Amino acid sequence: MEIQHDTKSLGCACVHFDVYSFRKWIVQPVVQSKKTIEQTNIRISLISTSQMSGGARLENANPLIFQRTGERLQTANDEDEDVADPIDDREIFDLIRSINDPEHPLSLEELNVVEQVRVRVDDQENTVGVEFTPTIPHCSMATLIGLSIKVKLLRSLPERFKIDVHITPGTHASEDAVNKQLADKERVAAALENSQLLEVVNQCLISNARTG
Amino acid sequence: MAAGSALLVGLVEEFVSGQQDSKAADTATGLKAGQFTILQLVEALGLHLASSQPQTRARGVQLLSNVLQQCHGDLTEREVDVLLAFYENRLKDHYVITPHVLKGMNALTKCSVLPPGSAVSILKSLFQDVHVQSLMLVERSCVYNILTQLMESRESELKGLGADFVFGFVQSVDGERDPRNLLLAFQIARKIIHGGYDLGKFTEELFEVTSCYFPIDFSPPPNDPHGITQEELILALRAVLTGTPRFAEFLLPLIIEKLDSDVQSAKVDSLQTLTACASVYEHKELAEFLPGLWASLRREVFQTASERVESAGLAALGALTACISRSVLNSDSEDYLNVFLDLVLKDCQHHLCEPDLKLVWPSAKLLQATSTASYRASHRVAAAIMPSLIEQYNSRTQCAQRRTLLEVLQGFVQPGKSSEEDESVLLDFRQSLCSIVFSALSENSAGLQITSLRVLTALSQQTVLLLESDVELAVDHLTRLILEEEDAKVSLAVVECAGALAGLHPLAFISKMVPRLKGEIFSESMAQGDSATPSQKHSQQAVRQRCLTALAAVSSQPSVVQESTPVLLQVLTTSHTGTGSFSLEEVISVCHNLQRIAEHAQDTEETGRIFHDIIIPRLLGLALQAAMRGSSDHPSPLVEESVLSAMVPVISTTCARLQSQLAGQTASRAVSLFLDGDMSFLPENAFPSQIQILKKQAGDSWRQSQMVCLLMGCVCSLPRSVEVPQMDRLLLELEELSCTCDHPFSYTSAAKCYAGLVNKRPAGEALDSLIDGTLKRISTELDCASSSVRTQAFTLLLWVAKALLLRYHPLSTALTDKLFSLLSDSELGSLAADGFSLLMSDSPDVLNRGCNADVRIMYRQRFFTENSAKLVQGFNSAAQEKKSGYLKALSHIVNYLPRQVQLTELPALLPLLLEALSCPDQAVQLSTLSCLQPVLMDPPSALITQLEALVGRTLTLTTSPAMKVRIASLRCIHALSRFPEHEIMPFRARVLRALAVPLDDLKRMVRSEAVVARNEWFLLGSPGGR
Repeated sequence: MEIQHDTKSLGCACVHFDVYSFRKWIVQPVVQSKKTIEQTNIRISLISTSQMSGGARLENANPLIFQRTGERLQTANDEDEDVADPIDDREIFDLIRSINDPEHPLSLEELNVVEQVRVRVDDQENTVGVEFTPTIPHCSMATLIGLSIKVKLLRSLPERFKIDVHITPGTHASEDAVNKQLADKERVAAALENSQLLEVVNQCLISNARTG
Repeated sequence: MAAGSALLVGLVEEFVSGQQDSKAADTATGLKAGQFTILQLVEALGLHLASSQPQTRARGVQLLSNVLQQCHGDLTEREVDVLLAFYENRLKDHYVITPHVLKGMNALTKCSVLPPGSAVSILKSLFQDVHVQSLMLVERSCVYNILTQLMESRESELKGLGADFVFGFVQSVDGERDPRNLLLAFQIARKIIHGGYDLGKFTEELFEVTSCYFPIDFSPPPNDPHGITQEELILALRAVLTGTPRFAEFLLPLIIEKLDSDVQSAKVDSLQTLTACASVYEHKELAEFLPGLWASLRREVFQTASERVESAGLAALGALTACISRSVLNSDSEDYLNVFLDLVLKDCQHHLCEPDLKLVWPSAKLLQATSTASYRASHRVAAAIMPSLIEQYNSRTQCAQRRTLLEVLQGFVQPGKSSEEDESVLLDFRQSLCSIVFSALSENSAGLQITSLRVLTALSQQTVLLLESDVELAVDHLTRLILEEEDAKVSLAVVECAGALAGLHPLAFISKMVPRLKGEIFSESMAQGDSATPSQKHSQQAVRQRCLTALAAVSSQPSVVQESTPVLLQVLTTSHTGTGSFSLEEVISVCHNLQRIAEHAQDTEETGRIFHDIIIPRLLGLALQAAMRGSSDHPSPLVEESVLSAMVPVISTTCARLQSQLAGQTASRAVSLFLDGDMSFLPENAFPSQIQILKKQAGDSWRQSQMVCLLMGCVCSLPRSVEVPQMDRLLLELEELSCTCDHPFSYTSAAKCYAGLVNKRPAGEALDSLIDGTLKRISTELDCASSSVRTQAFTLLLWVAKALLLRYHPLSTALTDKLFSLLSDSELGSLAADGFSLLMSDSPDVLNRGCNADVRIMYRQRFFTENSAKLVQGFNSAAQEKKSGYLKALSHIVNYLPRQVQLTELPALLPLLLEALSCPDQAVQLSTLSCLQPVLMDPPSALITQLEALVGRTLTLTTSPAMKVRIASLRCIHALSRFPEHEIMPFRARVLRALAVPLDDLKRMVRSEAVVARNEWFLLGSPGGR
């Protein structure tokens, strides 16, 4: 039982990881002149989510906040053993609304990234479609957020469902690239093999488990 | 003496040359017994101490030190002086000797006869000849102990050493790594700082040598034998660092630096240290660092995701502000508080104008933290932000924005700690605040209304802020909301707010609200409700319901109770006579609200009289009239079991809580009514002269006999000091009724009433023979299989058993054993099993602490320990089809045990509980699962060995046909995910596969449990998970 004599190691403990495969998911090719600056920012802000680095600046430090919806009201049918409750939009929305934003201590619902009107489910046809809206058009976290939503749904829905997660049309600079990446089964599977990426995704989902 | 010295030489020889450690103790014993002196010991050691072999010298010193450790109390000053001189000299000797020398010195410093000046010389030679950090752990601790003892006993001498002492200490501590020694070192440093030792030019050195551990990062080894926690170290170090303002110039930059850390605990520690030092510092120490500190604090509160960091940051800001506010201003110095508040306001104020954005909240919290720190600060902050907040509110039109602004305002209106004399800082804004609140109350947004109700409550707590006219206006608004607002959350907030205001301003409520509500309750449109559509009818009933609730909520002051209870009683009367159109639910609700008033009203004589002299006689009278009316064409609702059950708590709360003297009177009136038919105290007394409520009569006698529950309310909840008249006759009649009556509600109530009285009866022969008699009668009925009153006898048995069990009466065993034997009864077995749930739970209306019953603590544990073996045995010997009764009884009992007991008892019971999970009876499954789930939250090791069976059986139950069983089993599986990772990892794949099935369950409630559980299991062993 020894004590760290001098805790100088507490400085900026950056996590080093395979930047290349990681960036595929985190850093979107930003069509902007100050590309390099943006990219460095992105790396730091990502670390700040998992490590809460003190001096880092967030991309969008003061976002708009929206009201949370209340808990779903229980009906008499919910208690009745014999009535089947179909999986509906609200149920899907309840699954994803409390996912934490990777940058802010706020839920995707509070940031209006997900809305119930942008959730479509067809219990008969076994399809689920979710559109999400990044807070700013150049949000570097868009793919990561999409991935978190997708993972949450994969873990929470019966296998019969085909799950489609994509960006609300016209709300992100690299919409197509992100959508393509999210739709590619193999790329999603590969992403979840990357332990760094899985860690960030899990953390978006873990706090969600804590709050509700 | 000669024999002594020979013995001594032998002992010394055996210790030094013979290497027998036990001889040291023998020597000490001999010395204490006076067989030889310390001088003789030294002489006998002489040769060894002068030996040329360091090991031999060490052995010699070791013997001497060991003896001194036990005998230091018996030494003379002269002896101590000589010994000290010897030891100090030995410090220069070979290093193998040093540990023993230190041990001996440590013993000598404990002597009360330490010669003057010796403390200084000990320390000098210690600091000069010993390099502390090259010693072993135990020796270092020895040095710290010497320092501590000398500081306690020879403080003035050490202070004479001046800064040399501090320097010596700094040198000895520099580089210490052991947490036990660090704790000692921190304590010494704290004493140096607080004891007024001269730090001289070594202030910075002392700071350096301690602050290098900040922030402390220490995790004790598993099964830590020393019991030192990180928290202890943190607090000890904090006491040092914040001990003196002279450290300020070093500490504050360090804090600013460490706040930049990535580690959350380091941030929190830094913030808490800042809070602590702000209470010691003055503004001159802080002044230079305020901008830096503010920048760090702001950043932490603005950006953090952690509530701990946020609240620590806000506390630190408050402490800083309070510290600067304390400073006395010179005429020529600038006002630091103003300067600092300018900084805060500059960075935060503008965020308050953006009510949609995230930073409005942290900004408001920061400003609130500064404003609650001191009166001056609150003045300054209020003056700066109130006008703009008010203006913002009035200019914004969106409800969400207004609501945010109002919530921010609410934070500032919360009554602070400012003293009474201080004029409220909000006085200037009183008018605007009131008008905002009243306008928000008229808005059509639930959130806005709820917030404004909270602001109104907060305003009312500061007397000067609401004028009489404002209160009247507020009451009008509240009344309107009660009558019109349909949102349940708003209604709840309205009722709460009305309750708070009515406690302070009863008159306005009496004159304005109560009459309006009364009018609404009895309004014509409601009376003629038959013609209305169902939805209209429904909303009318809802209005009435809200009126009743509000009436109860405002009735805390006796003057309001005086006005509100007659309204409620009138509802009962009209519904009895059939002139009003009150539904059964409304009648019950009236009773609930009467009970609420009895619970919350102030216990004054006035309230007591209202309840005992008016309300209870009226309730009894109405119930009796209803019972007498018989099965006429218009049956009164007051004969309904549900209504009577709702009346009981009104009566019992009153008797238990309000004016015990009057309660005694009520009880004796009730007894003479029920036994002798004495109705003189009942209002509108027009009954036949001869009635005997408790006697069995022909025909519809249940209408009367069930009134026994009201008798129970009167006599079973009295304080134990109040006596019930005619007790023996009463008990006799109750027993008779409970054993012979065939109306379930009547005989159960009689049994409860009987049990309630038995529970409070003084112990003694009278009680014993009473119980014996009852038990005999019960046994006779139960043993006779053809008896028609077995259920009645069983009910009485159950309640009496409970009454005795609660008070640890020795005869309770006889009764509970009887219950156990009934578990295998073919007719009553299942009733008996469920009876154990009643035995272990708190009954709402009788035999609980609220009813002043004799309830011993831990009666459940006691019952369990005495009887669990009987249950297990009964289970093992029972026929297969009767086993489920035992399992059900067991799971009922275990369910009500405190968690600590569950955990310790679990190993013995686990096989049985696992058995219960595979028992086909769904009630048993459910009860067992609900008993297992809380235990699983903090798994005992016994469970871990049974994981295979546990996981397997709970997973099977996730496909049970009963929804509740599926839900309960999924909750257990969720709880299982908190087990130690290495234990449950082998099950992960299997559980995830099995949980895919309930994800597609028929019922949404099951699916949502499955989702939660499955996601937790996914996180298990995954990076970023747990």
